[in-house]
Amino acid sequence: MLLRQKIFVVFVTIGLVALIFDLVRRKKLREDYSWLWMLTGAVIFILAIWHNLLLFITRLIGAALPTSTLFFFGVFFLILINLYFSVKLSTVTNRLNKVTQELALLRDRIESHSPNK
Amino acid sequence: MNKKPRVLVIIPAYNEEKTISEVIRGVQHHAPSSNVLVINDGSTDDTARVAKETGAKVISHPFNLGYGATLQTGYKYASHHSYDYVVQVDADGQHEPRYINDLLDVLKSNLADMVIGSRFLENHGYKPSWIRKVGMSILRIIIILVTKRSITDCSSGFRALTQQLVNFFADIDYPSDYDDADIILLTHLAGFRIKEVAVTMCESTTGKSMHRYNKLIYYGFKTLLSLMVTLLRKKPQR
Repeated sequence: MLLRQKIFVVFVTIGLVALIFDLVRRKKLREDYSWLWMLTGAVIFILAIWHNLLLFITRLIGAALPTSTLFFFGVFFLILINLYFSVKLSTVTNRLNKVTQELALLRDRIESHSPNK
Repeated sequence: MNKKPRVLVIIPAYNEEKTISEVIRGVQHHAPSSNVLVINDGSTDDTARVAKETGAKVISHPFNLGYGATLQTGYKYASHHSYDYVVQVDADGQHEPRYINDLLDVLKSNLADMVIGSRFLENHGYKPSWIRKVGMSILRIIIILVTKRSITDCSSGFRALTQQLVNFFADIDYPSDYDDADIILLTHLAGFRIKEVAVTMCESTTGKSMHRYNKLIYYGFKTLLSLMVTLLRKKPQR
């Protein structure tokens, strides 16, 4: 892997992790949603600076080039993040349904007892 | 002296202002002692107002949640108010209220916990499209293999339920959109008894039946997946 490629990947991942930290600091991103992003950045960072590990994994998975391994892990983690958010979204949708149902039933109960009815 | 059982007819409705009053009037005519509850699933038309003016009680979701979630709001209401029986009727005029008492009679005789109004138990001339026929046959075969008995109309939304089953449905994670074969399977696995009664159904007059053609593929996929995971989950506790 060329030194220029290495420097580029390191800068991008440091930028990504810094952005995530800042979003969490400004309470724009919850901690429980940020860990997988952090992990993605950390793995790419480690693979970029630890060349022997990258070569070992490249041989292990049978990839032609070390950069392909980096791309593979990038895409793989993006898929994981998408799946994670789908699970979170399903949980939120289920909760939203329950809250909406309860809201409708409570509103009915309040209106039934309202003297202005 | 035996107390008269309390019956709640729930009508899930989404943008059905054209048909809802006729459906409510039909229920009031054929089951005059029942209470009618319309659950307005975030309609953008005048469904709620028309339903109220026709004499039904109306509960409204602030936005659209889906057919199953709307039914479950009705179950929760029925459970909270301790109704003995619940009958669910679609708001688009497909289900004929004259059969409500046929469904209830089976429950009152304590022969079942869920009674389904079936289009296919007797030949009343209902002809589904070929793709729907294939889908229905697959669902039917799966249900037969699992329950060891035949349910001829898994996708019928015309059903009557006992209080115990309504309480069960009010508490579980009920499917928010389609609630057909997987709910029948779940009902069976939880140890409730299912029976069918022959009914005729009209074509949906608004042309927006829950199972529109353009949704059939998604519906088929979702139902098959739901069936599989229902079978793989732990046996539900009553």
